[in-house]
Amino acid sequence: MDKKRVLLIAAGALALPLIAMPALAQGAVADQWKWLTFLVFGAIIAVTMYVTFVAAKRVKTAADFYAAGGGVSGLQNGWAIAGDYLSAASFLGIAGLISLYGYDGFMYSVGWLVAYITVLLVIAEPCRNIGKYTLSDILAYRNDPKKARIVGAISTITVSTFYLTAQMVGAGVLIKTLIGIDYEVSVMTVGVLMLAYVLFGGMVATTWVQIIKAILLVAASILMVIMVWSQYGFFGDFLTNVVGDAKVQARVATLIGDKATNLSATQLGQIFLEPGLFLKVPLDQISLGMALVFGTAGMPHILMRFFTVPTAQAARTSVNWAMAIIGGFYVLTLFLGMGAAMKVGAPAIAGIDPGGNMANPLLAQALGGGPDSLGGNLFMAFVSAVAFATIVAVVAGLVLAAASAMAHDLYVGVIRKEHVTPQEQVKAARIATIFVGAMAIVIGISAKGQNVAHLVALAFAVASSANFPCVLLTLFWKRCNTGGIVLGMIVGTVAAIGLVMVSPNLTYPKAVKAAAQKVVDGAPARMAPITEALASGDAAKIAKAERDKAAVDKAVAAAKANLEKFKGDDTSIMGLEKPLFELRNPGLISIPLGFLAVILGSLLYRDKRSEDMWDELYVRQTTGILAAKATAH
Amino acid sequence: MSTAATPAAQAPRPPLNWKAIDEDPRFQTLHSKKVTFLTSLMVFSLIYYFLLPIGAAYFTDLFKIKVYGVVNVGILFALSQFIVAWGIAFYYTAKAKKFDAMAAELVRDADKIGR
Repeated sequence: MDKKRVLLIAAGALALPLIAMPALAQGAVADQWKWLTFLVFGAIIAVTMYVTFVAAKRVKTAADFYAAGGGVSGLQNGWAIAGDYLSAASFLGIAGLISLYGYDGFMYSVGWLVAYITVLLVIAEPCRNIGKYTLSDILAYRNDPKKARIVGAISTITVSTFYLTAQMVGAGVLIKTLIGIDYEVSVMTVGVLMLAYVLFGGMVATTWVQIIKAILLVAASILMVIMVWSQYGFFGDFLTNVVGDAKVQARVATLIGDKATNLSATQLGQIFLEPGLFLKVPLDQISLGMALVFGTAGMPHILMRFFTVPTAQAARTSVNWAMAIIGGFYVLTLFLGMGAAMKVGAPAIAGIDPGGNMANPLLAQALGGGPDSLGGNLFMAFVSAVAFATIVAVVAGLVLAAASAMAHDLYVGVIRKEHVTPQEQVKAARIATIFVGAMAIVIGISAKGQNVAHLVALAFAVASSANFPCVLLTLFWKRCNTGGIVLGMIVGTVAAIGLVMVSPNLTYPKAVKAAAQKVVDGAPARMAPITEALASGDAAKIAKAERDKAAVDKAVAAAKANLEKFKGDDTSIMGLEKPLFELRNPGLISIPLGFLAVILGSLLYRDKRSEDMWDELYVRQTTGILAAKATAH
Repeated sequence: MSTAATPAAQAPRPPLNWKAIDEDPRFQTLHSKKVTFLTSLMVFSLIYYFLLPIGAAYFTDLFKIKVYGVVNVGILFALSQFIVAWGIAFYYTAKAKKFDAMAAELVRDADKIGR
């Protein structure tokens, strides 16, 4: 029965892009090579479907579904954590940022690794020692179970939905940019695949999909970096080549504008290795760093991974492996990004996608032999397929986290008060998975064209301001109680979301229109020298003037479109003319607020259960007494 | 699984005396050593990490100083973040093995403490 279903879904998922084939638009992969990309995609889908099929036979209980029966080893879990964590934003986004902005892009990547120190030191082992399947299980251990489960589940669903929406929209845009499949078809393909993994294989399949994806990702990166090194040299020589590269120098000159006039070519190249090309607001950087360093430890789908290993020691081993893999990967991005800056060049990268997401696929194509070669296209197809597998694996982890909050915390814990049969538990988990998966597809499609980049930041902001203070203080502070975590969850979530809603992340029509008006008003002045050049009779000048004229026309058309779009509209969706809060990342304010709320709530509220259970929780989280038995089944 | 979730598995054993284990001098030693260690390591790692965005923003000239060839302080400092993060993980893991040994004794005697 299950076999048949898995095969059907696999066939469906494979068929979706094929049906869309005739409707293919232009993507980064040229038309005559698309079959190659589909072949590699198909191979990856086939392997993961086989894994799901094998896993489906092993998923019988709720413990199997949510935590792979606690039977994942430290090494396996380390790879799965890396697979869960290294999203397309890391593989494509950070390499893209480095290729376009140099040092600042690399600096941005550091926080993603440092985040795991928090996980290693204060979260992984205590959570393994007292937890079961979800974030709420930790909160419910000593606090009022009903209230703890409700706030924990709401926050889990909130964080996962933000992250999920960003991933789904990203998937749609990415696959469209890569191979030109329609946005809706891309979102549905990702959704259906992810649903098949989680629905049939639960945490077992999700774990293996994440492991496979992480191995592919690391293998692709290492291969590309070796090719980059063989051409540009290792560390010192490589960086010397970066500084001396004409494409890099031209990019820096474009970025710094007038300031470039008195600088030599080498000086321009050197600026690529210095801070300041991308990150202009220091406080925003620090605020983002706080959200990463504390938010990762509060991510429900990351926490969940620690319930899949048998002991606290295995949890520790898994974080160590994850840090080695994730850290190694981010070091490689330096060479991938800067390699792409030299080999492909910023104009070509930003030409396909202004955010730089195509840097890695284009670099692969160039390294393999160029856009017209079999090698180049095979390599690009492989890297694109890895990016695709990346999205599916991350999405599967998120769906599992959200579904567990609904089924395990809300339905089984709160509504049925733990009075359920094992069969009912698994059934509830599967129904919740279908619900969350369908929701992800619907949200993904309806959010088409929306700017969702800030949603990842928002997910980290809520996780760091609400989940992290509640989990940390529940585990380590004697006075912490139900009042504290309820207030902390509410204040942390509201502060994080509220601050983002009044931040520069939103669109402010008045500012957009002012900028557009400036472009329209300035156009005649810009056109004057161009018209002059066109009339000059000099062929070279005319060619350049025609290009300039096209650029000005394009800018004016875009500005006019904006003026039309926001006609009669002066305020953001919050009714503001300009941002009330100047930072894009709210962590700097919302994290301290979250901690303060947990402390205040705990001090103002009395809860006998929280006090009585403290000795038990604290002894167990510190020593692991009874934890070993947790997996004996 | 928590005690509440699997009563059947725990039923034959009398519940542990958590308060007595908490008050056991061996647990108190483990607790105070572990908390001091974790807090100081956590504070160190946070300070070291936040020096990067703070330095890049407010000490730009320092970051631009070339150390050898084109390699500047900023690049080396960013790379050192990886080394330090791995170093912290390594140091923690070594130290955690000592805590494991202390905890193992308590796990072994858990049934006897306080009765």
